[in-house]
Amino acid sequence: MQPNPSPIRANLAGWLYVSPLVLVLVPFFVAPILVVLAASFFATDGFGGLTPGFTLASYVEVLHSALTLKLYLATIKFTVLTWIFTLAIGFFVAYFLVFHVRNQLLAIGLFLLCTVPFWTSNIIRMISWIPLLGKEGLINQALLATGAIRQPLEVLLFSDLAVVIAYVHQLTIFMIVPIFNSMARIDKKLIEAAIDAGASRFDIMRLIVAPMSKSGIALGTIFVVSIVMGDFFVVKVMSGGGSASVVSAFYEDVGVLQYPTAAASAVLLTLVLVAIVSLILRTVDIRQEITR
Amino acid sequence: MSAVLADMPEIAAPATTKAIAPSKGGRPWTFYVLATLFACYVIALYGPMFCIYILSFQDIRGGLVFPMKGRSLHWFVDLFTQVRTGDVKGSFDRSIKLAVIVTVITVVVSFLAGLGFRKRFRGDTFVFYMMIGSLVAPGLVLGLGTGLLFQALGLNASWYTSALGAQLSWTLPFGVLVMFAVMSRFNHAWEEAAYDLGASRWQSIRLVMIPVLAPGLVAVALFGFTLSYDEFARSLQTAGSLNTLPLEIWSMTLNVTSPSLYALGTVTTIVSFIVIGASLGSIVLIQKKRGSRVRA
Repeated sequence: MQPNPSPIRANLAGWLYVSPLVLVLVPFFVAPILVVLAASFFATDGFGGLTPGFTLASYVEVLHSALTLKLYLATIKFTVLTWIFTLAIGFFVAYFLVFHVRNQLLAIGLFLLCTVPFWTSNIIRMISWIPLLGKEGLINQALLATGAIRQPLEVLLFSDLAVVIAYVHQLTIFMIVPIFNSMARIDKKLIEAAIDAGASRFDIMRLIVAPMSKSGIALGTIFVVSIVMGDFFVVKVMSGGGSASVVSAFYEDVGVLQYPTAAASAVLLTLVLVAIVSLILRTVDIRQEITR
Repeated sequence: MSAVLADMPEIAAPATTKAIAPSKGGRPWTFYVLATLFACYVIALYGPMFCIYILSFQDIRGGLVFPMKGRSLHWFVDLFTQVRTGDVKGSFDRSIKLAVIVTVITVVVSFLAGLGFRKRFRGDTFVFYMMIGSLVAPGLVLGLGTGLLFQALGLNASWYTSALGAQLSWTLPFGVLVMFAVMSRFNHAWEEAAYDLGASRWQSIRLVMIPVLAPGLVAVALFGFTLSYDEFARSLQTAGSLNTLPLEIWSMTLNVTSPSLYALGTVTTIVSFIVIGASLGSIVLIQKKRGSRVRA
């Protein structure tokens, strides 16, 4: 930067640089959220028309419905299961790449191998489970051939199991990347020192690696939780319509033009998400984490 | 991935080719356990995808599961000629155009925002959290809000207006986060040297920063293109009457039960792989060129 700009000029320059970003985010993030918030207080004529006004009827309806509780329980179940599996797989894959692959170029190559599918279509990766998990899919064929089962398993596809498999398939990468980054910053001398001081493998994991990967775990958790809680198409397709989540119910509401109810449920979901994310953010400063 | 792509410069330079692994000599038993886990993960990651690529090459008798029935390009032809499968060609065309526009805007805006965030300014935290909010907000909800907003303003929703904006609300946070990681490794001494030699602010950006940060900018472009090309939830309520490709795939998953669906999956993945390969290839190329110039 040029020498000693005055604080006012520095502020102005900063805002000038981020102004294009703000000019996109205000109309396409802030305004839509406010529109949804406003719509949640409007009344509806039942045909998609909105009557401006202020009524809490939609919130009362959403909060009183037994369905809401069921939807949230289902969403939380999917979120927790996905979180556990992505964390376990993500943590150990990152650990393997950082601490066990000795050639750094190979480690980066293997890392990129894990990231490539992230840049391809989620929907395609989801439907690619059909030839494997289906009633006549490869897994059932294999199990039948070995005689392990007599009837094809029907719980494999179009079930909650399939939903969790699809989530873990898509989202483990969101755990691997931030955890890999945190682990790569751990000074290897620290671990040598721990070994010299007589620490066991388990102690090193418990006292050094796990605490020092905490920020990566926190970042990955934010991604996984917000994506699972905001998802609807995996639930819709992989459960075969048998399960629903908060957002898939929202999608159905929008389909039948029940905008105020949909909006009220969206506002509630957003509040829950904000609460979870800010709770996680209290344990880690992401901005510092990314720039470090 | 951001930070690792940004790390690639250091990796290309042979700083440490050896040993992040702590123990020398023989491998501990944990190595074999974790190597097996890693192999299983990679197989589970790619296996299903390869199944549908293989199954998309069946002939007319083909179904959705193995065994493979014949070998032909029937379903690819079917995909682009049948009315039943929808307007694949048109949506493909729109998606590519949209992705290119999104990429250009994402690179420019993320680069500028990256420059802005290098120094603290009043309100920077607010802008930062607005961006994080845009990243974690449920896409379908944001899309609906954008759709209703356009309706309220009396504007027509279309892929090049409302869907473009909705996609930018998704690609820009990723782009800026990648820029953060890239910028944090930029050595400010180069910029100061440029100023000392009498460069203007614009000259220092154009002649020093952009060339030095080029690999990072390619990474931002990769994120911009692929995230837009595959974007679905935010486009659903904002694309108007003409579909983008992921919306077309979505409607196919609900209606079409022939290998056409797999053929479309194969085609769209090939496009993704070309873009990923070109991006990673050009990053490596830039690094190589740079290395040879330093040595010369």
